[in-house]
Amino acid sequence: MTTSVLDPTNEQTPEHRERAQRISSLQGATIGLLDISKPRGDVFLDTIQSLLEKKGATVLRYIKPTFTKPAPVDLRHEISTTCDAVIEALAD
Amino acid sequence: MGNSQPKLADGFVVFVKRDCPTCELIIPVLEQLCESKILRTIFTQDDASFPELPITSDDTSLEVSFSHRIETVPTLLKIQDGIELDRTVGWSQDTWKAFLDIEDLGPENIPSYSPGCGSLSVDPDLQGMLQKKYGSGLVSREVTFASAEDEFEAMYDRGWSDGLPLIPPTIERVQAMLEGTKRKPDDIIALVPPDLVDLTVEKVAVNAVMAGCKPEYLPVVITALETACGDEFNMHGLLATTMPVGPVIFVNGPIRKSINMNSGMNLLGQGNRAYSTIGRAVQLTIRNVGGGRPGEVDRATHGSPAKYGLCFAEDEEGSPWQSYAQDQGFSSEQNTVTLFPGEGPRMIVDQLSRSPDELARSLAMGIIGNVHPKLVMGFDAILIIGPEHASRFAEAGWTKEQVNEEILNHSIRETDELIRGANGISEGLPEVFAGSTLPKLRPNGGLIILYGGGAAGLFSATIGGWLSGDKGSIYQTREITL
Repeated sequence: MTTSVLDPTNEQTPEHRERAQRISSLQGATIGLLDISKPRGDVFLDTIQSLLEKKGATVLRYIKPTFTKPAPVDLRHEISTTCDAVIEALAD
Repeated sequence: MGNSQPKLADGFVVFVKRDCPTCELIIPVLEQLCESKILRTIFTQDDASFPELPITSDDTSLEVSFSHRIETVPTLLKIQDGIELDRTVGWSQDTWKAFLDIEDLGPENIPSYSPGCGSLSVDPDLQGMLQKKYGSGLVSREVTFASAEDEFEAMYDRGWSDGLPLIPPTIERVQAMLEGTKRKPDDIIALVPPDLVDLTVEKVAVNAVMAGCKPEYLPVVITALETACGDEFNMHGLLATTMPVGPVIFVNGPIRKSINMNSGMNLLGQGNRAYSTIGRAVQLTIRNVGGGRPGEVDRATHGSPAKYGLCFAEDEEGSPWQSYAQDQGFSSEQNTVTLFPGEGPRMIVDQLSRSPDELARSLAMGIIGNVHPKLVMGFDAILIIGPEHASRFAEAGWTKEQVNEEILNHSIRETDELIRGANGISEGLPEVFAGSTLPKLRPNGGLIILYGGGAAGLFSATIGGWLSGDKGSIYQTREITL
C-alpha cells in the first residue's frame, strides 16, 4: 500500500559555506577570545592570551552573558568585524 | 482554505441531491425557474440526471459544492460578476420568492417550508478526500512512501521518531487535528530552536498527529510550544545542556477534565493518553522542526525518560488549597499551561510524620537532595504533595503559602556543610561562603507546590529544576489559546 504523509520537518536544506581563510601567522593578528561564562573559562583563556601575546598577536577578550543561550547577534557581529580569528572557551 | 473556486455564471444557481426529500419536493419549482430562465444552473451532487432538466450540471465530484462551502441542499445562490452576493438555505416559498424577486413560485399544493438535508460536500467521511483533492490549504511537503516500504519503518528511517512508533501524519489526520484549534494552519507561533525556524500551527499539527494526540489536545501543545520557545524559558539552553532536563508541563483549568488528563493515582506514570502524547508532541516538534536531536545539539549526558515528554495536571478538585494557576492570578475558569525546566520526578517518602511542622522539615530534607545536597540556590523545584501528606497540613489549618514558607525555611543550609571539601567531598561552594547560611531554593518562587496523586501513600514527589533565572530558564504560566 502506498501512503502519503506530510513532512514533519522544517524542510530546509543546510546552506553550504566555505570555511573562512585560515590566518597564516599570529604576528600582528587580532585574536578574539570568547568566554561563554562557564566556571574557570577565564583561567583557561588567561593562559591562552599570554601564549598568543608571546607570539605577537593582539588579543581582545569577549564574554557571553550566559552559556545557556546563543551569543547575542551584536556580540557576534563585533567579533566578526574586529578580529582575524576567534577562540571560544567551551564548557567547564 | 486557499483553493481556487470554480467560477459560477451570473444569476441564480442551486445545489441539490436526489437523496433529499426537499429537493424532490421542489422539482416543480426548479422546472418553473428553468423554463422562465431565472435559474442558470442546478448543481446535482449524487445523480447527474436529477432533475432531468437542460440546466442540470453534474457535480457528483462535489468540487463546486465543496469549494463554495455548500452545507445544506437545497441552497440557492445569487451570483454577480462571478461573486456570490447572497444565499438562502433550505426551501421556504416566501424566502425564495423574495430572494428571486418573483411573485408566483411553485404549485399551490407544495408545502411552503422544508429545511432540506446536509450537503454531501460536508459529509465527514468525504472530508479528507475532498480536502486532498480540492485544496487543503496545507503547505507541508507531501512525502510518498514506496509501495514496498512499511510506513512505520519508513518514518523511523527518516529520523522523525523519538524511538517510539509514530502515527502516520496523513493529510486527513492533520486536517482532523487542525479542527482542534481556531488558529489558522499558517499562523506562526514561535521561532523554534536550535535551528530558529518559524513554527507554524500546521507543523505542530503534523507532529501532534505523529505523537498520538487527539485534536482537542492541540491548543495545549501549541501554547506549550509558544512558551517553551520564548526567550525567557530558553528551550535552546534546556536542549543543549548536558543535564537531564526538558520542559515539564502542567495544566490547570477546566480543559484538564475535558481532555481527560489524570491528576490522581499514577499521575506521573503511564496509561493516560493526554499525559503520554502532549509532552511528546512538544518534544517531537522541537526535534523535527527545530532540529534538536539527541547526540547533536541535545548534549544530555544521561537524559531522562521524562524527555520523551512530561505533561500532567493538578488535582484542583481534591486540593485543600486553590490551584497553582489561581495563585498566579488566573481564574478557575481559565485554562493554563505552566512550563518548568525540570528533570524526572522522584518520590519523597515520609510515613511517620504526624504534625505539619515535622512533615515540612521532612519534605525540605527530600528537596535538599535535588541535584546535589551541597549545591544551593541555582535550582528551583516542584513539589507535588500527595493527598495523605496534604491532609496533615490541611487538618492543621496550614495554608499553601505557609507550607511553602516553612519548607523553604527548613531547607536553609549551614554553609560550613556546603563548602568545597566539607564532608570529604570536593563538590560545593567556594570557601568565601563559609560561616553563614544559604537557602536551598530561591526565597521568592523557588518552590512550586502542586497537589496531586492517588489517595493512598504517605508520599510526595519532587521535580528538580535546572539553572533558574536569567542565566538559565525562567518558568512560565500562560493561558491556553483555543
